[in-house]
Amino acid sequence: MTAELLRESFQIQGRNFDKAGEISSEIKVILKDLGIDAACLRRVVIVAFEAEMNVVMYADRGTIALILTDHDISLEVRDDGPGIPDIDLAMKEGYSTASDEMREMGFGFGMGLPNMKKNSDEFCLESEVGKGTSVFARIRLDSHD
Amino acid sequence: MKLAEIKDLLRCEVLAGEEDLSVDISQVVASDGMSEILAFAKSKELMITGLTNIQSIRTADIAGVSAVLYCRGKRPDKKVIEFAKQKRIPVLATEMVMFDICGILYNKGLKGVS
Ligand SMILES: Nc1ncnc2c1ncn2[C@@H]1O[C@H](COP(=O)(O)OP(=O)(O)OP(=O)(O)O)[C@@H](O)[C@H]1O
Ligand SMILES: [Mg+2]
Repeated sequence: MTAELLRESFQIQGRNFDKAGEISSEIKVILKDLGIDAACLRRVVIVAFEAEMNVVMYADRGTIALILTDHDISLEVRDDGPGIPDIDLAMKEGYSTASDEMREMGFGFGMGLPNMKKNSDEFCLESEVGKGTSVFARIRLDSHD
Repeated sequence: MKLAEIKDLLRCEVLAGEEDLSVDISQVVASDGMSEILAFAKSKELMITGLTNIQSIRTADIAGVSAVLYCRGKRPDKKVIEFAKQKRIPVLATEMVMFDICGILYNKGLKGVS
């Protein structure tokens, strides 16, 4: 096990589209201040943002944990929303259950989860209907676009 | 191409970042879908969109684009402009529609991202 150099947790407020994305912006500032490589930082904040947006869109509340080690950055995003009945389907590009309102705001293209996977070196999505959804993503510090 | 040239070419109004128009732009990402922009932007592009909510600037910040251009005469709220200034993202607005903008910029040698 590599030692954790940093672990920080954030509360996501579901359904609040005004604040949606604030945590990912904050994560970007934290990682920038730490001098994290630009390509790695980019991938981390994209994954964080898409995960944060999904919690805001589909759940009432959730949390994001940011974990930094010598080798990588991990994101653990958990919510107690409705869960995902068919994970394989949800991972397909273009699949979305977003409302018209969300689409008007520029979301609901069914690209968030595939984007998150693409930008992660390790990616895992777990969900139980009626209980909630968890996303784990790991991005290497020396990762490239 | 400098952002200032793009501004003249598309007859844009500058809503934020008047002092940052010397930035160089060589690629463009154009969409009304925020996760589409996040999927294709590689950073430092010009982002063209018809969406003027706060999420457009958040997406620009997360994607690391160099500037945002709102098309078809859309204007964001003051709050959105303030947020862009805070993030130091130049914001332009034009009356032109997406298709025309992209055609003009493409003719000038700018490329899309793929
Ligand atoms: N945290 C979550 N809780 C419940 N359902 C979810 C969650 N995350 C994703 N989903 C389901 O998976 C679908 C696909 O998610 P994905 O992020 O790929 O696309 P989207 O959110 O619909 O659109 P986009 O991300 O392009 O704005 C969603 O429409 C939703 O049905
Ligand atoms: Mg999504």
